[in-house]
Amino acid sequence: MIGYLIRRILAAVPVMGVVALFVFLLLRLTPGDPAAILAGDNATPEQLDRIRTSLGLNEPIYIQFYTWVAKLLHGDLGVSLISNKPILEMIGPRLEPSISVALATIILSILVAVPLGVIAAWKHGTWIDRCVMGLSVLGFSVPVFVIGYVLIQVFAIDLRWVPVQGFKSISAGFGPFFERIILPTCTLSFIYVALIARMTRASMLDVLGEDYVRTARAKGIGETGVLLRHALRNAAVPVITVIGSGFALLISGVVVTESVFNLPGIGRLTVDAVLARDYPVIQAMILLTSGIYVAVNLLIDVAYTLLDPRIRY
Amino acid sequence: MTATNSPNVILDISNLVVGLGRKADAHRIIDDLSLQVHEGETLCLVGESGSGKSVTSLTVMGLQQKGTLVPSGGSVKLVGEELLTASDRRLRQLRATRMAMIFQEPMTALNPVVPVGRQIDEVLRAHTDLDARARRQKILAMMEHVRLPDVERIFSSYPHRLSGGQRQRIMIAMALVLEPKLLIADEPTTALDVTTQKQILTLIRDLQRDHGTAVLFITHDMGVVAEIADRVAVMRHGRLVEAGPLQDVLRTPKMEYTRNLLSAVPSLVPRAPRPETSEPVVLEANELSKVYRERSLYGKAREVAAASNVTLTLRKGRTLGIVGESGSGKSTVARCIVRLIDPTSGGVRLAGREISDLSRRLLQPHRQKIQIIFQDPYRSLNPRVTVGESIAEGPINYGMPRKDALARARELLELVHLPPDAISRYPHQFSGGQRQRIAIARALALDPDVLVADEAVSALDVSVQAQVLDLLDEIQRRLGIALLFITHDLRVAAQICDDVAVMQHGRVVEQGPAAEVLTNPQQAYTRTLLDAAPGRGWDFANFRPVSEGLAATA
Repeated sequence: MIGYLIRRILAAVPVMGVVALFVFLLLRLTPGDPAAILAGDNATPEQLDRIRTSLGLNEPIYIQFYTWVAKLLHGDLGVSLISNKPILEMIGPRLEPSISVALATIILSILVAVPLGVIAAWKHGTWIDRCVMGLSVLGFSVPVFVIGYVLIQVFAIDLRWVPVQGFKSISAGFGPFFERIILPTCTLSFIYVALIARMTRASMLDVLGEDYVRTARAKGIGETGVLLRHALRNAAVPVITVIGSGFALLISGVVVTESVFNLPGIGRLTVDAVLARDYPVIQAMILLTSGIYVAVNLLIDVAYTLLDPRIRY
Repeated sequence: MTATNSPNVILDISNLVVGLGRKADAHRIIDDLSLQVHEGETLCLVGESGSGKSVTSLTVMGLQQKGTLVPSGGSVKLVGEELLTASDRRLRQLRATRMAMIFQEPMTALNPVVPVGRQIDEVLRAHTDLDARARRQKILAMMEHVRLPDVERIFSSYPHRLSGGQRQRIMIAMALVLEPKLLIADEPTTALDVTTQKQILTLIRDLQRDHGTAVLFITHDMGVVAEIADRVAVMRHGRLVEAGPLQDVLRTPKMEYTRNLLSAVPSLVPRAPRPETSEPVVLEANELSKVYRERSLYGKAREVAAASNVTLTLRKGRTLGIVGESGSGKSTVARCIVRLIDPTSGGVRLAGREISDLSRRLLQPHRQKIQIIFQDPYRSLNPRVTVGESIAEGPINYGMPRKDALARARELLELVHLPPDAISRYPHQFSGGQRQRIAIARALALDPDVLVADEAVSALDVSVQAQVLDLLDEIQRRLGIALLFITHDLRVAAQICDDVAVMQHGRVVEQGPAAEVLTNPQQAYTRTLLDAAPGRGWDFANFRPVSEGLAATA
């Protein structure tokens, strides 16, 4: 198992290397002078010169790549062109809101969706099944900002249970932290409950037709045991895949929800950087997002081997 | 002994009706079935696919598909207790304690993600108050009882680490650990090799003798029936055809259907050899080998020799059989010869031309000289293409005008005894036997010199199997085609092959005329295979034991 982990982590190195190369070339291969792109339309020749020297653009390209990677490995992601702040400092405070909401959403979604999916599969074809599937279609089809604004109207404005917007760090106390992430979490959970419940149901339906489920029933085991011990664990692999990739998406790509709830998260930072053509920030965000995907995929693969002994490691 | 006054009836099914759905006029899958199984007795329930054997067993266990298969009449009593009206809770209590079941596919019947010891343990936890240590001891003792080796290790093994035979032993241990009165065995050896089958049959019989269990044994294989049954019940279309003691049913079957069923069982005694011919050799395999390399990014490469140094010769108009157990490499050899996979080394000469090293493009003109029929007629025909198109596709690829190709397809359908209107129908509109005829017609469409049949009759019921074998024989006589026949079934090999090659672990261990190899084997492995063939003492088609037949002809 340890050996497998090490091998998998080693295998992630070339992947991240390719991503780094791509990110590096992004700026260099864009038509035109990188310094001019970075400096914008109104730059003076002196400014351009300064940027060229600071980026080492006068060096051969492989030396440039080497220097860039060396800086990356020392945690130097560069400086934002817009705010002139080190990028690491810009990302740092935005990780907490993004990761908190992503984690809370995934946990809430699993707690709701997996039981729903199991029950829908068990009661396949009955009104319970149809209700769960109906809810699932609803979760997919209602736009996320609609859910967000409805929740704000009801729970923040009418009932005044929670604040409308914003974020407080958990270091400021659990209460203020919790009441500010609860609405974005519920909003995002709508989609993820729909997705995970659907996947769980489909996967369970497959497994419930398997011979070993019949064997379990032939042993005289109760339905709960049959469903949880025999069916669910076998049905888990595709569900875990959806949960994992959903989690990665939640950290990096929930711009609309962040905007609705005024959350200072990763998604909005990325969009702002793209709109402002803040290339160093875009580069950093691509690296970060790829890193998250690689890490989540690694976790998914480890989960596979824990769930299914037939998957070799 | 009649059922009514016998004190030891364990299972009593009377006038059982199971319908497809809840409606009163629903199609009856089981129609007015009555049978009893007594203490210490094995009743074999035989019949062809679709006869209702499995539905009967699942209905007894209460495991039939709820809502689809509905018992609508009659009664099923287990030691006097009515099961059809029992609550779900009561049925759960009875399962594993009073009645237990083992299934056909040991590969899929065990949960792949739970160690086998824990799967047996579940039975004890659900039905007894024993503590963990007592349960473990009981399980280990039971595992030894079903003759599993190294029980401590197997206890904590996952199913995929065990062989098919070991898995079936685990299933048996699980079924019998609480000493139920009734054991239902639904084709428990069908998926196993003959040598393993023999061991499992012996095990079931020994356990039954020790514990006095009543066994309802479901099978389609008359050989297995002869090995294990005390009494036999024959089913067809959901009805009981006849029932009686083993000897009576095998020697003096009363009903026409039973007679036909027995007559269709191929004999293990090889057919009379055909005279040697001096026809040209159409197919030669020369020291053919296939090695699979499993490469991984970091680990060491692993090599598996699926076939090594296989040498075969086949003359025009003759049939060569390759026999062996699963994993012996017979299908690998067939696929190398047809070049569906590329051999690692060695040669294949087809009509005098070496084809083993030809590129895909250069191979193309030679492909039509050798054609293959596969085992599963349900999956080897494209379900969205009409039968006519399937048959005509090959000739059209080789340049025959479409109109001529379809005309040829019509002739071929006639040759395989299918109606001409079959040409515009789809595969799902045909039975398994008819589909295999279509597959044969498709293979013949290219006028091949060699026809390779890879377990082509293994998925068919015996009566259908006999018809397809007759058809192959007839085609061979009419067209002078050479047949390479791959089978695990020695009975089939004995009836169709001129020569046989016996394979084990990728090698040919014995080769020669069928009449010699199958009656006077020189190699220990061939002898083991023949000894393990179930019902080898019976000449089913003549309703007598082989020994009496020999005495009569002597």
